[in-house]
Amino acid sequence: MIELYESQRAMRNMRRAAMQRGVVAVLDVGSSKIACLVLRFDGTDRQTDSGVGSLAGQAGFRVIGAATTRSRGVRFGEIAAMSETERAIRTAVQAAQKMAGIRVDHVIACFSGATPRSYGLAGKVEVDAPVVSEQDVARVLSACDVPDFGPGREVLHAQPVNFALDHRSGLSDPRGQIGRDLACDMHMLTVNAQAIQNLAHCVKRCDLELAGIASSAYVSGVAALVEDEQELGAACIDMGGGATGVSIFMKKHMIYADAVPMGGDHVTGDISMGLQIPMAMAERIKTFYGGVVATGMDDREMIEISGDTGDWHHDRRQVSRAELIGIMRPRVEEILEEVRASLDAAGFEHLPSQQIVLTGAASQIPGLDGLASRILGSQVRLGRPLRVHGLPQAATGPGFASAVGMCLFAAHPQDEWWDFEIPVDKYPARSLKRAVKWFRDNW
Amino acid sequence: MQQVTQVFRPDPAPSRLKYRMERLMLTPLFRFALRVGLPFALGLGGASWYFSVEANRAAVMDALLGLQEQVQSRPEFAVSQMSIDGAGPGVTAAVREAMALQLPLSSFDLDLDALRARIGTLDAVKSVALRIRQGGVLQVDVVERVPVVLWRSGTGLEMLDDSGARVGPAASRTDRPDLPVIAGTGARDHVSEALALLTAAAPLEGRLRGLERIGERRWDVVLDRGQRILLPETDAVQALERAMAMDGAVDMLSRDIAAVDLRLAQRPTLRLSAMASQEYWRIKAMETGDQRQ
Repeated sequence: MIELYESQRAMRNMRRAAMQRGVVAVLDVGSSKIACLVLRFDGTDRQTDSGVGSLAGQAGFRVIGAATTRSRGVRFGEIAAMSETERAIRTAVQAAQKMAGIRVDHVIACFSGATPRSYGLAGKVEVDAPVVSEQDVARVLSACDVPDFGPGREVLHAQPVNFALDHRSGLSDPRGQIGRDLACDMHMLTVNAQAIQNLAHCVKRCDLELAGIASSAYVSGVAALVEDEQELGAACIDMGGGATGVSIFMKKHMIYADAVPMGGDHVTGDISMGLQIPMAMAERIKTFYGGVVATGMDDREMIEISGDTGDWHHDRRQVSRAELIGIMRPRVEEILEEVRASLDAAGFEHLPSQQIVLTGAASQIPGLDGLASRILGSQVRLGRPLRVHGLPQAATGPGFASAVGMCLFAAHPQDEWWDFEIPVDKYPARSLKRAVKWFRDNW
Repeated sequence: MQQVTQVFRPDPAPSRLKYRMERLMLTPLFRFALRVGLPFALGLGGASWYFSVEANRAAVMDALLGLQEQVQSRPEFAVSQMSIDGAGPGVTAAVREAMALQLPLSSFDLDLDALRARIGTLDAVKSVALRIRQGGVLQVDVVERVPVVLWRSGTGLEMLDDSGARVGPAASRTDRPDLPVIAGTGARDHVSEALALLTAAAPLEGRLRGLERIGERRWDVVLDRGQRILLPETDAVQALERAMAMDGAVDMLSRDIAAVDLRLAQRPTLRLSAMASQEYWRIKAMETGDQRQ
């Protein structure tokens, strides 16, 4: 288990180095756009004992550079063409660097695809000392029975979400408490290993160091859900271009994440096929006239479709907006049905609060909230990311939820398995640390 | 209804090289090196390469000297006249000779300190101030030494001022009848005391011949008819004043005495001249009735 996390630990050290330097870039590798934000940490980041800093943890950093470019070579939230993606990443990073006026060497990236799978893990150990120590926490984490998630999968997140001591559950920090049996629940998210390797390779080819990887569903939930939604239970539906991420939050922890490999690009593809027009044009028509609820007025609103095929009749067609909606709606419904199936599989209906927040660029389709409330449940709202310092106006839309969430993730990452101590018995036999530990315990 | 126009734009992407260059240019240390270090190194290297050639060095030095010459030879800096004030005609000639200047000159070539030192070596000059006046005139303000005594030494007659410094030689006593005469080795170092004595000896106006320094320690007042007043080493002025008082009271000095010895303050002594002592003895014998003569 330990060697599995070596790379994650290395990335954490890289993140610490980036914090010391004060500049880190976040990179949202999406299917339709690649966004890069450059953050400057100004050292005012002080964690209080309650775990909540000033401005709910949004103080301490500032966005000094932001750039977006059209994504190339990314399909379904995974990298499909390496060199194309590398060029796109280079474009975004260069523009953001130029705006920031500073060179960035460390980057934290997120992606939405690669078929994420969630696992709930449980572990239980007996505490030897009367008081729970850090070693006990480490032992209970390593005692979690890891399911066989198959070859070619990599753990992306492994967050302890709950600790229980004897009969008391819901502890966030059991250290220093008195008890005998320490149990822990952990949420683990695995993705295809190739997706991570491809992304790491692309980032490396851009002369950057990867300081962390996050799931897009998770970070957009961090950005788009407000605090009480995260506390009481809510689902964040991040409708991107190539994939739709689903993440469920409870007690400020992500307890489930999934991705539906369908998104706005599929809607565009449907329009393109249905109206016999190129993709770029279909995208334009979708953003200008798209919708999911047709009214009588839409029958009369005609959209002129120009073209340059040379065929006069083909280039001067007109479609009504109702037709367009008729093409878009089944696909949006299909996506929402898939999301619904995913939420059902996660047992979302058992949560005390069933708030659903739609975010992502594709959530801007007019009338989507009405359609979503019919399919997903009554408590649906459209979410935009939190405002962070220095974020340009152009990057405040719902399409930037995962980029903004990654800023918060970079500033205050949630404790993951690899942030805790390694239990003593898992160390190699002749470890110097073990000797030091023995001295510290006995003297 | 709106016209939807199709836009085809190639995706902009920097090449790998351009991307790396831009990242390099955003590196603060590299930018500093490029902005400061590179021009500095280029300038220093170029200059040192240029000056490593002997001919270039000489050319630059020549050009610099030429420029200096050109500035210094401008008419604004030329000194064409000299004006010597505060000195008599003889001293003026001596100063002019001592300066030995070939006018006109550039004021950069004039070393006023050296000139001042050279003029200061002249005996007759007490102090001198030099400055270059407007209009290219070298103004020399000389303060002459005023002779107060004549000093007769082994080598001749010289004029001294009140500090004992030489003013110049005097050909003969009759050239300066207004000055008193002092004589003797070491008299030159005590001119101020001599002047005080001369002031005290003012009642002897017509009879005073001069002062003589005896054994480099005390003064003799020399009067006509070979008379002398021997003064002590210390408090000579008071002793002389006492002598003047005695003279006023009993008309002492007009009598036939050779010397008044005041060297011991408790016991002033008179020495009669040879004739007077003969006469004295004769009268004494007459008084005592001694018939031997």
